[in-house]
Amino acid sequence: MSTPVIEATGLGVTLGGQPILDGIDLVVPAGEVLALLGANGSGKSTLVRSLLGVVTRTAGDVRLFGAPLGPSAPWDRIGYVPQRLPAAAGVPATAYEVVTSGLLHGRTLRPHRGHKRRALDALADVGLADRAFHRVQELSGGQQQRVLIARALVRDPDLLVLDEPTSGIDIPTQATFVDTVSRLHDAGTTVVVILHELGPFSSLIDRAVVLRHGRVAHDGPPPRARGEHAGEWHDHTHAHPDPEPPRTGPSLSVEVNP
Amino acid sequence: MTAWDQVLELLGSPLMQRALLAAVLVGAAAPVVGTFLVQRRMALLGDGIGHVALTGVALGWLVGSWAGLVPQDTLALPGAVVAAVVGSIVIELVRERGRTSGDLALALMFYGGIAGGVLLIKLAGGTNANLISYLFGSISTVSTADLWWTAALAVLVLGVGVGLRTALFAVSHDEEFARASGLPVRLLSMLVATIAALTVTIAMRVVGLLLVSALMIVPVAIAQLFARSFNRTMTLASVIGVVVSVAGLVLTYWQDIPPGATIVVLAIGVYAVAATLQPVLRRPPPPQDPHPDMVDDVLLVDDVDDADGATVRRPSPTT
Ligand SMILES: Nc1ncnc2c1ncn2[C@@H]1O[C@H](COP(=O)(O)OP(=O)(O)OP(=O)(O)O)[C@@H](O)[C@H]1O
Ligand SMILES: [Mg+2]
Repeated sequence: MSTPVIEATGLGVTLGGQPILDGIDLVVPAGEVLALLGANGSGKSTLVRSLLGVVTRTAGDVRLFGAPLGPSAPWDRIGYVPQRLPAAAGVPATAYEVVTSGLLHGRTLRPHRGHKRRALDALADVGLADRAFHRVQELSGGQQQRVLIARALVRDPDLLVLDEPTSGIDIPTQATFVDTVSRLHDAGTTVVVILHELGPFSSLIDRAVVLRHGRVAHDGPPPRARGEHAGEWHDHTHAHPDPEPPRTGPSLSVEVNP
Repeated sequence: MTAWDQVLELLGSPLMQRALLAAVLVGAAAPVVGTFLVQRRMALLGDGIGHVALTGVALGWLVGSWAGLVPQDTLALPGAVVAAVVGSIVIELVRERGRTSGDLALALMFYGGIAGGVLLIKLAGGTNANLISYLFGSISTVSTADLWWTAALAVLVLGVGVGLRTALFAVSHDEEFARASGLPVRLLSMLVATIAALTVTIAMRVVGLLLVSALMIVPVAIAQLFARSFNRTMTLASVIGVVVSVAGLVLTYWQDIPPGATIVVLAIGVYAVAATLQPVLRRPPPPQDPHPDMVDDVLLVDDVDDADGATVRRPSPTT
C-alpha cells in the first residue's frame, strides 16, 4: 500500500498543564473521507491542530505524506479550514487578500505568478466572486467561513482538513460545498472533517473516529442514521440544478461503547 | 522674494537637503511597519522599543566615553540599534508565550528603558540635556554619515516590508493558519519586530524616540478610514507619512518650531479632519443589494406555489 496521508502514533497534547489528548493512534490512507466526531471539548480541534503542527505535541509522532512535521513536510498539499476566523484585526483586509495568503506555504513566502487568477477562481468556487474586494470584517459569519474554505482550496490540496466547515452556513451553500468536496474526493483528495452532524456529508464518509475525553472511543464505520431526520418530510433545496441531489443527513447518535 | 525663490533657497541649503531626504525615507518606511503592528494589535510596540533605545543611546555614549572616542556620542546610534533589536525580540518572545503578559512586558520596557537611559547617561558623564535631542528629535543635526545610515536602513525596512508583505500579512492576520501552512511563523514574527526596531532607530533623528510610534501608527489610522484592503492601507499610510513629514519639516524652515513635534501634530490634525470628513469622503459602496443573490434557505409558504425550479416542492401533509 502507498504511504498513508496521516500517520499519528501515541499522540499526546498537554495544554495549560492539562492533558487534552492522550495516546491517539490514527492512520488515514490516501483517498479516504474521515469524520472526526465527539462532544464539545472532547479534543477534536486540538487533534487536527496537533496533526498540522499548530499546537506542539507532548508525546508521539506525526507524519504527513510520510514526512515528519517541519520545513520538509509537503505543505502545499495540505489545506486547512480552522473553526473560526481570528478576532478582527486592526487593519482592513479583503477576502481576496485573505485567500491569497493561502497560496503561501512552507518556504514559499511570495505568491507565484498567476496568483490573482487562482485566488479569484477559489472565491468564485464558494460563490463569493462579487465580494472579493470587500473587507472580510464586513462579511457575514457564513460568508467569512466561505472565505476560509476558499483559502484552503486555493492551493489544490491533496489533504483537506476541515474543522466544522458547515457550521453557520446556509443549506444551499452547504450543498454546494459538499459537491465541491465530493468532486475533490473523486479526484483522490483525502478529507478529514470535524462534524457534529453528518448531515449532507453522510454519503461521502468512509469512516468515523469518535473522540471522548481526549481518547479515541470509536474507530470504524460511521454511526448509523437515527431516522427522524431522514424522513420523507425532510426535503432539501439546492442552489443549482444537480444531477444527484444531496441526500439529507441523518443526525449523529454518539452511542458507542469503548 | 517670491514663493518660488523661497523654495529654491530651501532646496539649496545642504542642511535642508539632508533633512528632507531623511524625512522622505522615514516618512515612507515608518507607516509600512506600522501597518503590520496595527494588524498584530501591537500599536504600542514602537513606543516600547523607543524607550529601550534610549538606554541603548546612553550605553553607546558610555562605551564611547570609556573608549575615549570623540565625539562622545559616536556610538549612540549603533547602541540604539542594538538595544532596539534586542528589546523587540524580547517583547516578541514574551508575546509568543502568552498574549496576556504582552502589555506587562511593554510596561516594564517603557519604565526600564527611560530609567536606564537617564542613569547611564549620568554615569557616562553626560547630562539629561544630551538625551533631549534623542527624545524629541533633532533633524537639523543630521550629518552625511547619519543620512547614509538612515538611507540604508530605510531601504532594508521597505524592502522587507513590501517584498514580504503577503507572508507578513499571513502571519499577522491568522497565526494558526500560517502554522498549519508550515510557514516559518516565528522567523516572520521576529522579522516584523526587527524591522520595527530598525525603524525606531532611523526615525529617532527625525521625530525623536518619544514620538517615533506616532509616525508609525497615525498614518495607518488615517489610511484605514478610507482604504478597503490591507495593501491600499499600507500604500496610503506610506504616502501620508511622506507628506506630513515633508510638510512638517518645511514649516520649521520658516518658523522656529521643533520639527518632530510639528510632524506629529500635523499627522494628528490630518487624522482629526479625515475622521470628521470620512462619512462624506469615503467612496460609497456600489449600489447593489447587500444581501447575496441566492436561493433562500428558508422555505416560505408562498414559495411552495412558486413555479421556480430552484425550490423543491414540499409535499403537503394533507395529500
Ligand atoms: N489553549 C488552550 N489552553 C488550555 N486548554 C485548552 C486550550 N485549547 C483547548 N483547550 C481545552 O481542550 C479541550 C478540547 O478542546 P477542543 O477545542 O479540541 O475541543 P473540540 O472537540 O474541538 O470542541 P468543539 O466541538 O466545541 O469545537 C477543551 O476542554 C478545552 O478547554
Ligand atoms: Mg472544535
